[in-house]
Amino acid sequence: MDGSKIREALASMDERGSGEGSGYVAYGIYPDYKEYYALHVFFDNIREHKVPLEDLLEKWGMIIHDEQIKTYEQPGLRKVHTPWRYFFRPNPSMMPKSTSPEEDIITSLVMKVNSERNGALIFSSGKNLGVFKAAGWPEDVANFYRIQDYKGYLWLAHNRYPTNTAGWWGGAHPFNLLNWSVVHNGEITSYGTNRRYIESFGYKCTMHTDTEVVAYLIDLLVRKHGLSEEMAVRAFAPPFWDEIDRMQKKDQELNRALRLAYGPALMNGPFAICVAKENLLCGFTDRIKLRPLVAAESGDRLFISSEEAAIRRIDDDVTNIRMPGAGEPVIGRLYA
Amino acid sequence: MGEVRINAKDMPYQVLNQRVRALVASGEKDIILDNVLGQRFIGDGIRGDDVTITVNGVPGGDLAMFMSGPTVIVHGNADHAPGNTMDNGKVVIHGSAGDAVAHSMRGGRVYVRDNIGYRGGINMKEYQTKRPILVVGGSARAFLGEYMAGGLVIVLGTDGVAPVSGRGVGSGIHGGEIIVRGRIDNTCLGGGAEQKKLTEDEKKAIRPILEDFVRTFTIDPDPVFSAEYSKIVPASKRPFASKYTWE
Repeated sequence: MDGSKIREALASMDERGSGEGSGYVAYGIYPDYKEYYALHVFFDNIREHKVPLEDLLEKWGMIIHDEQIKTYEQPGLRKVHTPWRYFFRPNPSMMPKSTSPEEDIITSLVMKVNSERNGALIFSSGKNLGVFKAAGWPEDVANFYRIQDYKGYLWLAHNRYPTNTAGWWGGAHPFNLLNWSVVHNGEITSYGTNRRYIESFGYKCTMHTDTEVVAYLIDLLVRKHGLSEEMAVRAFAPPFWDEIDRMQKKDQELNRALRLAYGPALMNGPFAICVAKENLLCGFTDRIKLRPLVAAESGDRLFISSEEAAIRRIDDDVTNIRMPGAGEPVIGRLYA
Repeated sequence: MGEVRINAKDMPYQVLNQRVRALVASGEKDIILDNVLGQRFIGDGIRGDDVTITVNGVPGGDLAMFMSGPTVIVHGNADHAPGNTMDNGKVVIHGSAGDAVAHSMRGGRVYVRDNIGYRGGINMKEYQTKRPILVVGGSARAFLGEYMAGGLVIVLGTDGVAPVSGRGVGSGIHGGEIIVRGRIDNTCLGGGAEQKKLTEDEKKAIRPILEDFVRTFTIDPDPVFSAEYSKIVPASKRPFASKYTWE
């Protein structure tokens, strides 16, 4: 599916944004380079900042190919960064103590580059996927990247209304790390706790906004700790203690253990979140449902959105339209 | 005057709503909106007891907000907060609706044939002769009637569905009533709320509302009339008096 309908659906919810940030992620767009990490980078200035980044990348692996991400001038969007893409192969021997050296090299590169802020920001770092975002309205950002030219099998898209921090290119959603991408409506009031927790594992929060902790938390709980996505969501939006008290003994034990082990990963405040990776789409809300979320199906397609109307703008023949319960994950899996 | 149709396909909500307002101002009484998809604020602030707006499609949020008098009929699902702070009139939804249905409603009626989301009837209020009514044919989610200060919420749970699934029903309620078919589990009751069996007299009192509802949606009336009901009301006249520090 190309991005044109995604753009249209997102633009139908312009009321939910403020023109200060919008973005898309598409999976399956780099089949020719699918074994390499596709790094999307915002450069402040090509002349000064490109060479130092490439020196760093060459230290940790090999740049297979790089090019400027094609953009098209839009009257409503000021191009303050130059988006660039690298297809990169990390050298696993550089991280001999790691059980997942490639992923750990990418993660540490992303954290290093984004925290040092030397005129370069890696905002997309997965395989065969790419984030396209900027500070602007959904239509303008889509036209800026010509999102209709990308064909993906899995999409996330977001229209931002920043409330607590300034809007900027890096602060637009989706947030991405490795194959994880996250979009979020709401605010995570437990951000301070979540950030301290996640930074104790070596992640660095650099985007001046709450949503990035979700990308790092899910990477930690699922990729590093081996929890299922369902369990990770339950750690983020767990049942209340009084509900746990009324559960069967076995469930009590599980839920108590999860809450005690992952208390600092619990997310408070209003949120509706969608998380994606190469074979998964997962949507969930906070445990008292302070933000909307609608799911629907059409054939083997799963849609998750803030509004039913946006889904119908892509496909009016959807069935099984439902509002998932608070904290209840809706998960679509791809079995290829 | 006869009916007026607007094809709302791909029409921005501002344009659509300006046209509706202009039609109402020019005296049109029967306005039909086709191919509605996500347009917000339909029918907001309009007046006129004899005006009917029919919405064919899926409207956006805050349908009939501040509306005073007209009838809005939706053939499709509604999004969040239809009937938000509505003053008078009627909203009829042949489908389901999102969260915060009838939010802060102060008069008139909202009928939803199927289900509603979280926080239905939140902050509903009443004053003298004005008493808003929300009736839901299917089920409601958690925090139904949260902070209610007045008005009436009825959830029928037809087709055997539990009328409410979730916690915090009537949480912070200090006026008005929530009536549900059967009983809800007491663990679902919110702070300050109390559940009582609906007496025969009380049931009789809501009968005209139920009759109107089943007629509107052509629902089998017998299970509705024969069912037992409970009401959820404030536990005392001023359940939160102790929350105010100056007392």
